[in-house]
Amino acid sequence: MQHTISVVVENEFGVLSRVVGLFSGRGFNIDSLSVAPTMDESLSRITIVTRGDDAILEQISKQLNKLVDVIKVLDFSDGSAIEREMALIKVAAEDDSRAEVLRIVDIFRAKIVDVTPKSYTIEITGNPSKINAILDLLKPLGLKELVRTGAVAIGRGPKGWKG
Amino acid sequence: MKMNGARILLESLKREGVDLVFGYPGGTVINLYDELMNMREIRHILPRHEQGGTHAADGYARASGKVGVAIATSGPGATNTITGIATAYMDSIPMVIITGQVPTPLIGNDAFQEVDIIGITRPITKHSFLIRSAKDIPAIVQKAFYIARSGRPGPVLIDFPKDVQISQAEFKWPENVDIRGYKPNIEGHQRQIEKAVDMMLAARRPVMYVGGGVILANAAAELTDLARTMQIPVTTTLMGLGSFPESDPLSLKMLGMHGAYCANMAITHTDLVIAVGSRFDDRVTGKIATFAPHAKIIHIDVDPTSIRKNVRVDLPIVGDTRDVLAKMLEYAKNHPDKVAALHSAMEAWHEDISGWKEKHPIGYKASTSIIKPQYVIQKLRELSDDDAIMATDVGQHQMWVAQFFGFQLPRTLLTSGGLGTMGYGLPAAMGAQAAFPKRQVLCVCGDGGVQMNMQEMATLVQQRLPVKIIILNNNFLGMVRQWQELFFDKRYSQTCLELPMDFVKLAEAYGAKGLKADKPSEVERVLKEGLAHKGPVIMEFKIAREEKVLPMVPAGASLNEMVLNA
Ligand SMILES: Cc1ncc(C[n+]2csc(CCOP(=O)(O)OP(=O)(O)O)c2C)c(N)n1
Repeated sequence: MQHTISVVVENEFGVLSRVVGLFSGRGFNIDSLSVAPTMDESLSRITIVTRGDDAILEQISKQLNKLVDVIKVLDFSDGSAIEREMALIKVAAEDDSRAEVLRIVDIFRAKIVDVTPKSYTIEITGNPSKINAILDLLKPLGLKELVRTGAVAIGRGPKGWKG
Repeated sequence: MKMNGARILLESLKREGVDLVFGYPGGTVINLYDELMNMREIRHILPRHEQGGTHAADGYARASGKVGVAIATSGPGATNTITGIATAYMDSIPMVIITGQVPTPLIGNDAFQEVDIIGITRPITKHSFLIRSAKDIPAIVQKAFYIARSGRPGPVLIDFPKDVQISQAEFKWPENVDIRGYKPNIEGHQRQIEKAVDMMLAARRPVMYVGGGVILANAAAELTDLARTMQIPVTTTLMGLGSFPESDPLSLKMLGMHGAYCANMAITHTDLVIAVGSRFDDRVTGKIATFAPHAKIIHIDVDPTSIRKNVRVDLPIVGDTRDVLAKMLEYAKNHPDKVAALHSAMEAWHEDISGWKEKHPIGYKASTSIIKPQYVIQKLRELSDDDAIMATDVGQHQMWVAQFFGFQLPRTLLTSGGLGTMGYGLPAAMGAQAAFPKRQVLCVCGDGGVQMNMQEMATLVQQRLPVKIIILNNNFLGMVRQWQELFFDKRYSQTCLELPMDFVKLAEAYGAKGLKADKPSEVERVLKEGLAHKGPVIMEFKIAREEKVLPMVPAGASLNEMVLNA
């Protein structure tokens, strides 16, 4: 099962490599990963989408907690969070398919951010499953390049992660 | 007062109570070593190899319970410490390793003797620090020692660039350590503790399975008291030897691959395993699916990641084992009636155990013509001091020591359990002897492994560390040969050492004493003479070459599938 974990860490040199090294060293999966500083500049937030059964997820969370630089591990597996990802998609668009691409972009409320006679570049933000859905439709038209940010997540409700 | 970074580091070590370090100089620590000459309060021991120095710091830590300190220069000095760091990491030994690093502006340039030692050691350290500014040194040293010794202990590396050693700053010792991401859970949950004791009181065939965590937490007294109060039998892992006296009738001795028959049978038939400071390593559990098949499991450990890593657990307790055991004892003592009821309910269980003990005690076939290694170990126990510290190397001799020495006291066995590092024994004994100059320190090695850090003989002689080295010489890499005999049709690929070494001459070349026994009749004399000698000694015993360590649970088999005599 896929799980999204947010890890609040010291915003310091070498911390990301400790987190990533833990995953590779123990054979845990990383489906996607994104990192950036938080509003408190001494902290960074890493969002990791990973996979495994309950026992593996328990180990991942415990092992992350064990790292000295990890302040907090938030496990969003139960759908208690809002998840968003952005993708930039360069798709072939000539003749007939130009109109088709525009229709799809419109339906998904995506944006065209670059246009050439042979292509469109699309920006889309949404739940990762929404991005997968638009990709399924665009694929037959000819994908030239795809860049995804990986998911970020935030808990629902009025409280921040500190409670 | 301003001082240079090197001095600040040494002052900080002093504040942490360090009075002994093992280290080897070089270009990027030359400034540190220059300052060391002014620092009378810190004794420095120069090994002959950084691996030796690191294992010595580890042996010092295991024997004394204090944090061991090792120093190495950048590049090859640092990489030479890696096996020592990994050995300490696998056995959770508190250690601080200080490595020199090229000057900060050169980091990343492939400078002379530059390696990314923090990157290299990341998976084998509990944590690490790169010092970027001299003013940060006191706080980093304080944190490093705190992390190394608290919670589940482990090695911490400090990388110390040369320019920072030279630069000036104010020495300011922080009042206390506070690391927001590191708050080890020390106190066990009271409700869980009471539940655990209730489960023990309700059990009929309970067994305590004790690991090195009890020794690391200095909880041997609490464990012994609890086991005796409740009359629950105790088996230990290799790392747990010494946490419970093996002479006690409740002792089942060691379990696992080369464990006692009674211990492995007890695990197979128990209805409640109380795991304390142990981590269900595969050498202990055998086939995991059939480990303690009829039992509920209580697991007490300071490290939450140990719990439910390898086995399902019915009742976890995260906390310092000493704190938890003390509270369990208190609760049990408040319920004397229930404890008495437990005693009578366990009568059949104790009978089963006595039966197993009698059926297959740990033993061997004696010989009058050829020296049996087990005999040497038994004699050694008889002739050595009760509080002697025993260091071993890795292989058959290590298992014979575990089976036949009869450990009574915590911190008297220093052995590489998790990593199984050949070459560990001699330098670890050196560290222990430096910690306890007056105690008897023994080191049992094979003829293979002893040569992996043989150079430290020079250090023993130079530093007047009178370690008593016992080499069980089978002229084989014995443990591997045993596997080849049992599982590879006696195809002894590269395990015969061929060249018969003269260890007596080697000892003498270093300026130590050398003694040798070829026949069983000479064993006692050699041991007596060697143990009585004031300086370091090598005692070589030519043992039965193809003697096997038995019983043995083949890798991947269940604990009750022991090979008892092959
Ligand atoms: C550094 C290292 N290399 C290889 C091994 C694999 N190994 C385990 S036991 C052993 C044989 C040890 O032989 P010896 O030191 O003579 O001791 P014996 O088993 O004969 O008592 C070997 C090679 C190891 N544990 N450590």
